[in-house]
Amino acid sequence: MTGAPMTGPNTWTIAAARDALRRGDITAVDLTMACLTAMDAGDGLNAYVHKTPELALDQARAADARRGPDAPDLNGIPLGIKDLFCTKGVPSQAASNILRGFRPEYESTVTAKLFGAGAVMLGKLNMDEFAMGSSNESSCYGPAVNPWKVDERLLTPGGSSGGSAAAVAADLCLAATGTDTGGSIRQPAAFTGIVGMKPTYGRVSRWGIVAFASSLDQAGPMTKTVRDAAIMLGAMAGHDAKDSTSANMAVPDFEAALTGDIRGRRIGIPREYRIDGIPAEIAALWGNGTAMLKNAGAEIVDISLPHTKYALPAYYVIAPAEASSNLARYDGVRYGHRAKLALGDGITEMYEKTRAEGFGKEVQRRVMVGTYVLSAGFYDAYYNRARRVRALIKRDFERAFADGIDAILTPATPSPAFGLGEMANADPVEMYLNDVFTVTVNLAGLPGIAVPVGLDAKGLPLGLQLIGRPWDEAGLLNHAYVLERAAGFVSKPQKWW
Amino acid sequence: MSIDTDTARKVAKLARIRVEEADLPALAAELSGILTFMEQLNEVDVTGIEPMTSVTPMRLARRADVVTDGDMQAQILANAPDAREGFFAVPKVVE
Repeated sequence: MTGAPMTGPNTWTIAAARDALRRGDITAVDLTMACLTAMDAGDGLNAYVHKTPELALDQARAADARRGPDAPDLNGIPLGIKDLFCTKGVPSQAASNILRGFRPEYESTVTAKLFGAGAVMLGKLNMDEFAMGSSNESSCYGPAVNPWKVDERLLTPGGSSGGSAAAVAADLCLAATGTDTGGSIRQPAAFTGIVGMKPTYGRVSRWGIVAFASSLDQAGPMTKTVRDAAIMLGAMAGHDAKDSTSANMAVPDFEAALTGDIRGRRIGIPREYRIDGIPAEIAALWGNGTAMLKNAGAEIVDISLPHTKYALPAYYVIAPAEASSNLARYDGVRYGHRAKLALGDGITEMYEKTRAEGFGKEVQRRVMVGTYVLSAGFYDAYYNRARRVRALIKRDFERAFADGIDAILTPATPSPAFGLGEMANADPVEMYLNDVFTVTVNLAGLPGIAVPVGLDAKGLPLGLQLIGRPWDEAGLLNHAYVLERAAGFVSKPQKWW
Repeated sequence: MSIDTDTARKVAKLARIRVEEADLPALAAELSGILTFMEQLNEVDVTGIEPMTSVTPMRLARRADVVTDGDMQAQILANAPDAREGFFAVPKVVE
């Protein structure tokens, strides 16, 4: 290994590593070894929850054998994989005790595509249990820790894809997979100063990803740069007959779309996102980002998305409703944990004890909320009303796009990363407010991307979100690329772990 | 909407999650808080708006109704907490 510790190959971008591998400047095995070393030195961040070094080295050797000008972009690229993805023979627990010991007999479509493109898996990454949370604190493994640290406090990397965000920000991998149901890629990306993208619903197959809320879940890349997000999304996306909501559409060359030219594009600034109590630093950051896009030649347009305020309550009806149905499968019969039964216990006691022991508090809460809103007598008042409001939220965006808006710029989060444990006594609804800028995108099925744009006064990263037209990830990435270059965010967390 | 202890007990039962009797009042209070938050939705005029059923306007794909896989009993049972003689095993369900 050459170079100073902070410039080792584990700190490289996918694009830089791809080019170095193609030139023969480094082997996939050496690149993987550098990441495995960083991974082992990063245990204090609790980002990796199941390490797979032997598999990684096998995959790296195969990538070296395949190396050449025609090898795919991800050939030999070491990645971390969120624990929500089923990976054959490797523990896949969704950070839940109810899936303790579960080793899938199959590979998720996304990981199969990544491995088919030559990617290397370093291990599985921490997350909130069943992707329900915004701080990684609902994980059965304990929380992942944000590598950004400005005082004695340990900060959350956000959630649910907190382990993915921490691992990418701390250079414990080149990039990672995440999933996003209400902001679970974009919020942790913003909290850790990296790029995180949720594609259009249907762009990436959900097959083999542990389901939370099936009409909202999408997997996406979490990377060090926008270019890397473009490269990685290209390998993750595509039609899959095994996911009935997967879109049968061609996958464009996302990297080729990064022209850096957004002259004449119309950027919407939604007035409803100026919420009360937003920190002045985030409001200022939003203004700066708007100026950056304007300076790049875009036209800035004030727009209205009138139902924004109702997105969070609609989300917290729909997501738990779908979760209560999806999580009914954890019954102690086919896989995972089964409670020890007392003499005389029947099958009902087996279900009830197994689910009480296996699900954490937040998951239990959401399953019960979902059960309630779907129960006879309340289905119309809560669930159907929420789905009607969802239709209105989607219509708000459709009208903005019909008026010629190309992309929408908003803050990514209402605050910088907060301290682990700080929300322990908060009302559950307070934690849900983390998603205020991101849930609308999931409800409307749109692509969204978080881009690091600056630091707050304490030195913590802050991000902005760009929202794109459905299926226009290419255009969205190009806008994000312009924002990234103008912001020139190069800060990295100081190594303390 | 305020959830009482009886409703909380019923919801836990429907969700097949065991909740100790002593924990029901706290659960009821939590659920009430969340449902109060959701009641903002009542402010929205949804007259004539159909509930959203599909995220993207697409027709679900169909395929021929034929067997496409099978013969993987060992794989299907591999993760079972209790599998015997080629079956999932559960406590007795019929007297």
